[in-house]
Amino acid sequence: MKKLLSFFVLILITLRVSSQEIEMATGLRSSGKIYVVISVIAVIFIGLVFYLFTIDRRVKKLENKE
Amino acid sequence: MKENWWKIFASVLVLYSLVGGLLIEVPALPILHESIRNLYYHVPMWFSMILLYLISVIYSIKYLGSGSINHDLLAVESVNTGIVFCFLGLGSGMLWANITWGDYWPNDPKLNGSAISTLMYLAYLVLRNSIDEEQKRAKISAVYNIFAFPVMIVLLFILPRMTDSLHPGNGGNPGFGGYDLDKKMRLVFYPAVLGWMLIGCWIMNIRYRLRKLEDVDNAL
Repeated sequence: MKKLLSFFVLILITLRVSSQEIEMATGLRSSGKIYVVISVIAVIFIGLVFYLFTIDRRVKKLENKE
Repeated sequence: MKENWWKIFASVLVLYSLVGGLLIEVPALPILHESIRNLYYHVPMWFSMILLYLISVIYSIKYLGSGSINHDLLAVESVNTGIVFCFLGLGSGMLWANITWGDYWPNDPKLNGSAISTLMYLAYLVLRNSIDEEQKRAKISAVYNIFAFPVMIVLLFILPRMTDSLHPGNGGNPGFGGYDLDKKMRLVFYPAVLGWMLIGCWIMNIRYRLRKLEDVDNAL
């Protein structure tokens, strides 16, 4: 009887563990605020790319002068 | 603009990976949680570094054959750019490790291997600066570079696979190529890798052209 009881307790514990939800950023997604983060990142990256293009152009100008 | 198409292509790919990397659904895994998205940002840094080092070693071999100083300049600027990506990879990796493994620098063979290979490439740059004569500097550093590259590959990809490692794909751990990297993740991961690689080449290209201009100035 004791064995059986402990067996059931063990099963219950494993069920509890396996049904535990893995925490993901659902709150940030559902409130729509993730889009703010994404647009901030996009703005920064686009800015850096433009900067890289201007550096590229300046080098080209120097090359043409030579 | 026609010759710049690949730069725009690279920017679009990276931009897509930045947006898609945050929005597209990822598998919910224990310990990793949302931090699995770091795969899109941390791993491409290392892949870009390896590509740049590969370009460097190719031009070092070419230099030994041709003796053209431009090949030497390409080799050194590839390493210069690769080092930047290496430090970005190290920094982002340390942040990620602290969250998932509990320490900024757990005693992991892949981490220690990357530290050694970083020092190796820093030594390459120091070696160059210590030799004044141009031809000699180019030749010695080319030979050093040819030895450094395979050692870097061994330290990063072979030794960690032979022992226990926290990194996926090492020491019996399944790689991201196994069950973790599902179809949706590949859709973002591969464009991210290609995009960052091209961005790395672009920066290297600018540095190389600047170095060439400096070289002409010095020769005058």
